[in-house]
Amino acid sequence: MLLINCPYCGKRPELEFTYGGQAHLVRPADPSTLDDQQWADYLYMRTNTKGVHAERWRHARGCGRFFNALRDTTTDHFLATYRIGETRPGTPGDAR
Amino acid sequence: MSRQKFSGFSLLRGALSGHQGWRAQWRKAEPKAAYDAVIVGGGGHGLGAAYYLAKEHGLTRIAVLEKGWIGGGNTGRNTTIIRSNYLFDESAALYDHSVKLWENLSEELNYNVMFSPRGVMMLAHTVHDVQVFKRHVHANRCNGVDNEWLTPEQAKEFCPPLNIDGNMRYPVLGAALQRRGGTARHDAVAWGYARAADALGVDIIENCEVTAINRGADGGVESLDTTRGRIGARKVGVSAAGNTSAVLSLAGVRLPLESYPLQALVSEPVKPIFPCVVMSNTIHAYISQSDKGELVIGAGTDAYTSYTQRGALHINTHTLDAICELFPQFRRMRMMRNWGGIVDVTPDRSPIIAKTPVPGLYVNCGWGTGGFKATPGSAHVFAWTIARDEPHPINAPFTIERFRDGHLIDEAAAAAVAH
Repeated sequence: MLLINCPYCGKRPELEFTYGGQAHLVRPADPSTLDDQQWADYLYMRTNTKGVHAERWRHARGCGRFFNALRDTTTDHFLATYRIGETRPGTPGDAR
Repeated sequence: MSRQKFSGFSLLRGALSGHQGWRAQWRKAEPKAAYDAVIVGGGGHGLGAAYYLAKEHGLTRIAVLEKGWIGGGNTGRNTTIIRSNYLFDESAALYDHSVKLWENLSEELNYNVMFSPRGVMMLAHTVHDVQVFKRHVHANRCNGVDNEWLTPEQAKEFCPPLNIDGNMRYPVLGAALQRRGGTARHDAVAWGYARAADALGVDIIENCEVTAINRGADGGVESLDTTRGRIGARKVGVSAAGNTSAVLSLAGVRLPLESYPLQALVSEPVKPIFPCVVMSNTIHAYISQSDKGELVIGAGTDAYTSYTQRGALHINTHTLDAICELFPQFRRMRMMRNWGGIVDVTPDRSPIIAKTPVPGLYVNCGWGTGGFKATPGSAHVFAWTIARDEPHPINAPFTIERFRDGHLIDEAAAAAVAH
């Protein structure tokens, strides 16, 4: 079980959290101007990163708040957790 | 190398000679400079595709590249359940195509894949389950797929260990039974296809990871860079399960996939106690007994995407809670091993077997939690797609473009694992 550092509450077991998928996806400001492929990209396409992945978690059985995390999907180690609205911390070897 | 043919006679002769005469069943091939077609991924789906390419489409220069060892990924990590009771016409055609190939696969390959159509029973625990499963039963019968509704008493008669006590937290209200469903021996599927493909001249190259996909002036695939050198190929089929996103990103192709750990576990081996396969979507467990005597139990996916091939113990204990409630006699059994595999899940829980935007590059992925059952059918239509550069009628709906065009094949309800 993962030990996850909620930026509001501190370290808690994974059972208290729900996973929210890839982070920093922004809903298009004017969906009616998109073509089908662009809309499908927004809805369905994910990076599925093998390496450092920015993702959302929610402390559902704690403070109830969403936050973002950087986790290496090849080891499951968390590199950082940060609050919604904060920019993604830089990491060594980070492609983005 | 001449292939040793298996028969009752050859097994008897082997027994009388102390089993000293068995040779390696396939070659350790070295990569050649170029092939007509290369399959990336040496699991059942990839090895099967190579076999059908050679056997049914007449290609002679074929290689299967595997970054580890063949059958060491999800082929060796699943719970070996085979069924075709999917709701939609497209899925029923695809999965039943596979079941029909399973039925003759041992003879086809001259290799005992131990296909055992012992029946797959899916339990209903709520009114919603009952309605959904009855709908499945009717839809399946319209598609020529056997599936029948059982009362709790009939379910217990079919599977005596089942607890149908009405006082359970999630009582058994009935079950849908596919009698043609069952299990097969997972390793034997990979080995049987490898052996049969090798006999047709396919090079099976292990410890060979693809590091780049090179494209020619026309935009099509030209060659692959691998950890064992450059390999030329104008046709490349990727059958890499949880690593598909990583492989196809080498060609700049994006897919609607997310890779999750899916866990399974086995008990200590015991004498025959469990006659069929039982699955429960609602309380999240599936169980059968292997020929070695182990209870093979499947758990759910972990919550988060990962490539670690392991998951958290609480996922397994959750499943064992359900198993112990359904089969109280197993409460004191000890679990022997657990492991995880990385499954590539699509938004509609249906696979993608299709051409990609890159000419000459094909993909067979998105099988999520249920790829083993589809191994022969998937390999068969994937080989067709690669050889003819157009889909077989059965896999024509399973494109990447369906997510753009809205033609989803939403089988989330048919997948046994809640996602």
